[in-house]
Amino acid sequence: MTDRDTQLRSVYIWVCEGTWRAGVDAALSLAPADVRFTLLHVTSAEVPDAARGAYAGLLGRGYRAEDDPGTRLEKMAASSAGDLLEAAAARLGRRCERLEIQGRPERAVVAASADADLLVVARDGDRTRLGPKSLGKTTRFVVDHAACPVLLVWPESAPDVATIPPPPHHPSPPDR
Amino acid sequence: MSLIALLGVLAWAVIRPRGWPEAVAAVPAAVILIAAGAIPAGAAGSAARQLGPVIGFLAAILVLAHLCDDDGLFRACGGWMARTSAGSPRRLLAQVFVIASVTTAVLSLDATVVLLTPVVFATAAWLEVRARPHVYACTHLANSASLLLPVSNLTNLLAFAASGLTFGHFAALMAVPWLAAIGVEYAVFGRFFASDLNTGDLNVRPRRDRARAVRDDADRNEDTGLPVFTVTVVALTLAGFAGASAAGVNPAWAAFAGAMVLAVRALARRRAAPASLVGAADLPFLLFVLSLGIVVKAVTDNGLGQALAPLLPGGTSLPALLATAAVAAALANICNNLPAVLVLLPLAAPSGAGAVLAVLLGVNIGPNLTYTGSLATLLWRRILQHHGSSPDLGEFTRLGLLTVPAGLVIGVLTLWAGLHWF
Repeated sequence: MTDRDTQLRSVYIWVCEGTWRAGVDAALSLAPADVRFTLLHVTSAEVPDAARGAYAGLLGRGYRAEDDPGTRLEKMAASSAGDLLEAAAARLGRRCERLEIQGRPERAVVAASADADLLVVARDGDRTRLGPKSLGKTTRFVVDHAACPVLLVWPESAPDVATIPPPPHHPSPPDR
Repeated sequence: MSLIALLGVLAWAVIRPRGWPEAVAAVPAAVILIAAGAIPAGAAGSAARQLGPVIGFLAAILVLAHLCDDDGLFRACGGWMARTSAGSPRRLLAQVFVIASVTTAVLSLDATVVLLTPVVFATAAWLEVRARPHVYACTHLANSASLLLPVSNLTNLLAFAASGLTFGHFAALMAVPWLAAIGVEYAVFGRFFASDLNTGDLNVRPRRDRARAVRDDADRNEDTGLPVFTVTVVALTLAGFAGASAAGVNPAWAAFAGAMVLAVRALARRRAAPASLVGAADLPFLLFVLSLGIVVKAVTDNGLGQALAPLLPGGTSLPALLATAAVAAALANICNNLPAVLVLLPLAAPSGAGAVLAVLLGVNIGPNLTYTGSLATLLWRRILQHHGSSPDLGEFTRLGLLTVPAGLVIGVLTLWAGLHWF
């Protein structure tokens, strides 16, 4: 194995609300100087659609496009995504490409990062109790299906090893 | 013939050909049914006389909510949530629950859906919190938190007129079911959205500058502080509801007075044009409700009432109330809660106020089961969305399955207990 093979050339960072700083920091500390960074953010239509559904359910109120909360949320989501990528690029402080995608986050991330050498993902999930559910559904999907190596980082400092509960007590196999 | 007219009116309201108002089909349908003798002119007249004050009440509440928005009430709520949530998604969710529940109860569900939801999203975006649980909370609470007052939901206004209760008695009976339904939602949301709610990076303060998401919607989202005058008028209007009703005066007059005070002030300060106030009162909607009421009356008088009567158990025993709420929830999900309540009220009213309120629990909590509050609307929207990106219905339906049955059962239990106490 030569040095050339192990070199990271393209690193994707999945930027998510609330957890992106950890991903950017991890990428900065691990990646060599000449790496190509791509900041990736996916906007899902789910939230605006929920608002639009509630508005559509108001029978008889007519439809006024300027009142449709779904449309307003869509506009705000788009500019909020731009804001987030801008902040992430500023924290990264290196030349990078910004990729803003519309779609289902888990599928869009896997598809976009297929040719990357590394995908940096911040954990999300119920981290109050570490176990199967401490990895959220979308993160779990990406870990399962990503076509490239995935670096999974803690959004806050990693838990102490001492927090692991003791193994369940099984009767030990008889000594032979 | 009446049934065909009703189905036509509902189909038109769901499909809205060329974006024409729903009243375009509903008014002629009502006129035709009266002309054809499907409903005697006298019966139609008495239905209209009964609906008239309800519709006036509704118009006043719609104008009141619109003026509260103009005066920056919802923006002030957004600013308060942003300042005090300290960037914690869970704390923000609790605040959204409080504000959305109170908004729905006092200014009706329309205010929560149309006016509050965008503010909640902007606040979440500003705090860099994932907005999913908070926006879903608005959509759910617009239904399940609309139990408290007669003004919270048009269904309540209709039932209030039929129940013979005073404003205060209605609120007293519904207060505990209202809290119970909100409690169920909160418990379910906390677990259902655990991964979104635990993503907050508490070490990071929200950015000082307002995020662009908020600036883009600036005209509507600039926090100008709590409009004290407006809040005072709304509080006095609420007191007026209870006072007027206890004195035997229609509480709609209190709503008129409150809306009038804010409207005159807005006009005097040139912050609102008369046209925008008339627009807020939404005359086509009022006409639609009036016509729908007459058409439904024709249908129930011509057989549907008798056909549905066996479904509704009489009396106000606990099993009867549970069954009544379940039937109401099912009917609301099939068509929509507005026609559902119009059909069920005459059947439930003879059993007393308890049965009427059980119908309300069903038609108000039930719509959370489907994404648009009714299968008819949902199916039509599915047909419209032939261009691929259809909403993720699985998630919404799972959430509804967790909250609706539990909310209904606990709501009916508390209502039943309340009927014995009050």
